[in-house]
Amino acid sequence: MKGIEVNNVSKSFGDSLALKQVSLKFEPKKIYGLLGRNGAGKSTLLNIITNRLFPDNGEVTIEGLTSIENDEAQNKVYMMSEKNLYPNAMTCKEAFKWSKMFYQDFDLTYATKISNQFGLDISKKVKTLSTGFSTIFKIVIALSVNTPYVLFDEPVLGLDANHREMFYKLLIEKYSDTSFTAIISTHLIEEVSMILENVIIIKNGEILIEDSCETLLKSGYTVSGTTKQIDDFILGKEVIGIDTLGGLKTATVIGNIDKNKVPAGLEITGLDLQKFFIKLTNEE
Amino acid sequence: MQINFEDERPIFVQIAEGIEDAILTGGFVENGQIPSITELSINYRINPATALKGISILVDEGIIFKKRGVGMFVTPGSVSRVKDKRKKLFFDHYIKNLVAESQKLGITKEEILNMVERGYEE
Repeated sequence: MKGIEVNNVSKSFGDSLALKQVSLKFEPKKIYGLLGRNGAGKSTLLNIITNRLFPDNGEVTIEGLTSIENDEAQNKVYMMSEKNLYPNAMTCKEAFKWSKMFYQDFDLTYATKISNQFGLDISKKVKTLSTGFSTIFKIVIALSVNTPYVLFDEPVLGLDANHREMFYKLLIEKYSDTSFTAIISTHLIEEVSMILENVIIIKNGEILIEDSCETLLKSGYTVSGTTKQIDDFILGKEVIGIDTLGGLKTATVIGNIDKNKVPAGLEITGLDLQKFFIKLTNEE
Repeated sequence: MQINFEDERPIFVQIAEGIEDAILTGGFVENGQIPSITELSINYRINPATALKGISILVDEGIIFKKRGVGMFVTPGSVSRVKDKRKKLFFDHYIKNLVAESQKLGITKEEILNMVERGYEE
């Protein structure tokens, strides 16, 4: 059994239910986006997969193996998280060597090479790194471990535009070379959307959408025109969001449209993932 | 070749059309090699599956051919092939939009024809 399967997983913290009977599957060799607003349950889910949290109910299997207290299963997964789990006195270089003890396929040469590209001084102590370079340090490890599944929890936190660009490029390059499964949890959706093959949208601990990015973007469109035109046009259609600007209106509509049957004066554009996400996860 | 993420055309279609454009303008020559899937996806920061889908359209149409283990190349005769294909699409892509926009602006058919004349003179 390939892939990571999450079956009926629930988790609560005190009174609040962080995950509600979540079931989903991560297939091998794909790039996933795990999208959700702050507190939606993204990190909880990733922490359960990597055995840092125990679910109240349900189970996770990694290539058919139970994920709980199971080294064989956990050795297939690496998670880059916000927390820095390395001893303070350790230099980046030592941390790379240390990682190799846990992950046999860790590529030291590659780690050194991309550290240079990022401008990360690997003789520095991990704890002395700035926010940005601390993230870079974690990215370098995540891209060098060579496990079949790599989980990125907010991978571009504190990175400037150049470094984010570099990360996306290295990720695609690595993925093209070794085709691992990457799961990217982020709320910077616009930047990452074209890299994703599949998208999972999570809201209040429940899975709202689990689909390929392409299907998702084809599932609807936005239409703009005058308020009257739009009100007439959207009658009887499934509308997930409306923006009004003076006498103009833009509606986000689910469904297909025949371009030749659009009334004159209306403008149709494609969905973009970020807007779609915002409309779906808005609390109103 | 530019990818416009806000374009309503899917990214893989834009990739295919971008390569066709490059073939028309001589950016890629017949029998010449085109970038690999990896190079395309890294360059445009898109998922390799998307790049592959775009290239597959061109392979299916015979515009691009693959040499196993070597790479992908422009099929001889592709320039005229792409031209023929684009001519067929010219009416849908340009003329229909032209008519729609001119109706919105209240431009008459005669005015359009005059503008076309002027376009050739300038």
